[in-house]
Amino acid sequence: MCTVCGCGEGDTKVEDQEHHHHHHHHEEHTHDYGQGPAHAHAPGMSQSRMVQIEQDILARNNEYAAANRRWFAEHGVLTLNLVSSPGAGKTTLLTRSIDDLSSELGIAVIEGDQQTTNDAERIRATGAKAIQINTGKGCHLDGHMVGHALESLQPEEGSVLFIENVGNLVCPAAFDLGEAHKVVILSVTEGDDKPIKYPDMFHAADLMLLNKIDLLPYVEFDVDKCIEYAQRVNPGIKVIQLSATGGDGMDTWYQWIRATRQVSLVGHPASKVAE
Amino acid sequence: MHEMALCESILQLVEENATTQGYSKVKKVWLEIGALSGVELEAMRFCFEAVKQDSLAAQSELHIVELPGRAWCLECGKEVTVQRLYDACPVCGSYQLQVTGGQEMRVKELEVE
Repeated sequence: MCTVCGCGEGDTKVEDQEHHHHHHHHEEHTHDYGQGPAHAHAPGMSQSRMVQIEQDILARNNEYAAANRRWFAEHGVLTLNLVSSPGAGKTTLLTRSIDDLSSELGIAVIEGDQQTTNDAERIRATGAKAIQINTGKGCHLDGHMVGHALESLQPEEGSVLFIENVGNLVCPAAFDLGEAHKVVILSVTEGDDKPIKYPDMFHAADLMLLNKIDLLPYVEFDVDKCIEYAQRVNPGIKVIQLSATGGDGMDTWYQWIRATRQVSLVGHPASKVAE
Repeated sequence: MHEMALCESILQLVEENATTQGYSKVKKVWLEIGALSGVELEAMRFCFEAVKQDSLAAQSELHIVELPGRAWCLECGKEVTVQRLYDACPVCGSYQLQVTGGQEMRVKELEVE
């Protein structure tokens, strides 16, 4: 990646986009600086000096994320960043949500995976617009990749954009993409202590979807304990229990999307479309 | 987590500032990393050694200043220090804590020439 992400430098690929990253990394450092404080070149005197930087390490990513957020606000797009470990059921949740909501909402999807366009194809099979970002060796999406994906995807005014992040409960927590909310998906086949094992992600998320609850009779998973752990890490987190295959709880999730979208559209012309 | 990506970003900040602040060599880099930032300090040091090669920071030493995790307890109203995001309030035992500090990841200053 050419900016923030070092994990997969040069390997990131937005589907259908030519990549012309210029890696101008370390070429131009042959300046001659004789004008330091010790410009007098007194023998034995160092030219060292202190420079205050005071910049956030993720400042660049945060700038891209802020630009994305402005774009979403201007176009009345509600953006949700879906994060989970691999196999928690993000794509299944998405395809079902699209099937159930596409008659009332415009929906577009950005799919993040290290390799393959399988997930974007699964989404496109529902009829929704989708674009795949392959991060190569990268462990997360960043604000810059999402900005490029938006250029191709062009979500419509007043729509809902789902960003399916790379399956990883660690790294995506730190990278703002410009989303309105991070939504963490945890399936009951994973273990009820995930929220305290991976606290950063549960701290960063506003909503936890507890998925695959139809499998509860077959696994050792204490729902109350899991929710208690999540609330320890994040007292404000909301929780919805659901099954993306069975359908239980999906209506509550849709209500959350509708309500959140209404709030995000307050004062925006696209709110008329929602009525 | 993604210390390699963070180190790449640090180097980028260092190189951008080289033009505006007028330096060509970095001798020391000071970071401020919060205890709740999720950054693994040993991994950070390891990655920095790898990433700094062939850059203007190639000869630099990395210094990391750790900042404590701070939180506001909604239950007892005290400002407390926590080590982890799922710690209870050390005063009253409540988990209703609002993090107020310790998530920093910042390049603080450089010694340059």
